[in-house]
Amino acid sequence: MAEVVREVAVEVRVNGTARRALVEPRLTLVDFLREQCQLTGTHVGCEHGVCGACTVLLDGDAVRACLVFAVQADGADVTTIEGIAEPDGALSPVQAAFRDHHGLQCGFCTPGFVVSVTGFLRDNPHPSDEEIRDGLSGNLCRCTGYQGIFAAIKAAAEG
Amino acid sequence: MKPAPFEYHAPGTAEEVVSLLAELGDEAKVLAGGQSLVPILALRLSAFDHLVDLRRVGELRGIERVNGSVRIGAATTQATIERSSEVAAAVPLLARSTPFIGHFQIRNRGTIGGSLAHADPAAEYPAVALALDASVEVLSSSGSRTVPAAELFEGMWTTAIDDDELLKAVTFPVWDGRCGFAVEELARRHGDFALAGACVAVALDAANRIERCGISLFGLGSTPFRAKEAETSVLGRVVDDVISEDVGREAVDGIQGIASDIHGSADYRRHVGAVMAGRAWQRAIEEARGG
Repeated sequence: MAEVVREVAVEVRVNGTARRALVEPRLTLVDFLREQCQLTGTHVGCEHGVCGACTVLLDGDAVRACLVFAVQADGADVTTIEGIAEPDGALSPVQAAFRDHHGLQCGFCTPGFVVSVTGFLRDNPHPSDEEIRDGLSGNLCRCTGYQGIFAAIKAAAEG
Repeated sequence: MKPAPFEYHAPGTAEEVVSLLAELGDEAKVLAGGQSLVPILALRLSAFDHLVDLRRVGELRGIERVNGSVRIGAATTQATIERSSEVAAAVPLLARSTPFIGHFQIRNRGTIGGSLAHADPAAEYPAVALALDASVEVLSSSGSRTVPAAELFEGMWTTAIDDDELLKAVTFPVWDGRCGFAVEELARRHGDFALAGACVAVALDAANRIERCGISLFGLGSTPFRAKEAETSVLGRVVDDVISEDVGREAVDGIQGIASDIHGSADYRRHVGAVMAGRAWQRAIEEARGG
């Protein structure tokens, strides 16, 4: 096992702001965002790619931030839940739909859902019910039973 | 959990990758999309002193039609393959199997080379490569070689690719004529690895005789399985004389070492494999008849 590893300089554009840091290669992107950037809206759930709580947009694509090392995001653009609302604080259409349709209860999974759905609707702005369910399958929610979340996405897509 | 410490390398060319692999030997692991490797590291199922990231190696990405085949760079993402009209038209089985892989967030990062080199016995791409007689291009510091899919999968998470070799590209032959392709799988939840699944590729001649076929199964045993005996028994026969359920049953006949676990007994998995193969056969035949 490597006893002493070289730290690596990275520069990641997070929600439009350049963030520079010296990181251990094993630091995941989600830990980088939470600990180095103090952006704790992205949640750490399972840490092995199953729950979707840590979803962020990496160069526009929804990805698991626990399955990307911060060093791999060097030079990339990352959008977290903190970067989803409008600059004046107005909720994005997806966020507003989650509020209007009771798409959350405890809120732990919500940032991951909102970011995933934002990426999903960008690629598929008019999904069928089946496609919405398929698009939701990569995020786990233990409170809502998903019906409110489903309704929120349907509304966001139609709005 | 957090992965054990490692040194990180991000070379810019395939040549540099293999020269690092030659130098570091089995202390190094290639990192592509990381959608299987990172969970393995995070769960501490494995650890490596060095990771060699492919993200700067542009020559490993891309989809191109070459004569009678489609060549796909190893670091091409599953999402790129899913959206490719070239793949949908020329290698339909590959396109149709892709939405079964994980979730869209996983497919945004996961790569075809990673799926093949990781060689999970329940994964879709290895079975597709087997059914279609694909081959992989493997590079090392001493040169390159081609490995047919039939010789690639040696065991659970184990391939014929050596520690100092890099999977560079995979080539799928394009099937012409009256062809049909289907993939079927059963998983407890969408995106989970399949309990069992099957791929079928079939070509019919003008008299509706089975001219060519490839049947493979996944999720059963320690590697994906090519059902050669079932293929041999249907080749040359008129398609109306072939009963799908029989093809399914015969397809799972020779599979050894099916595991029993919390999700299903070995007998149940074998049964599911037969049903999936039968259904895939039926759908592939329907498509080929219309072609």
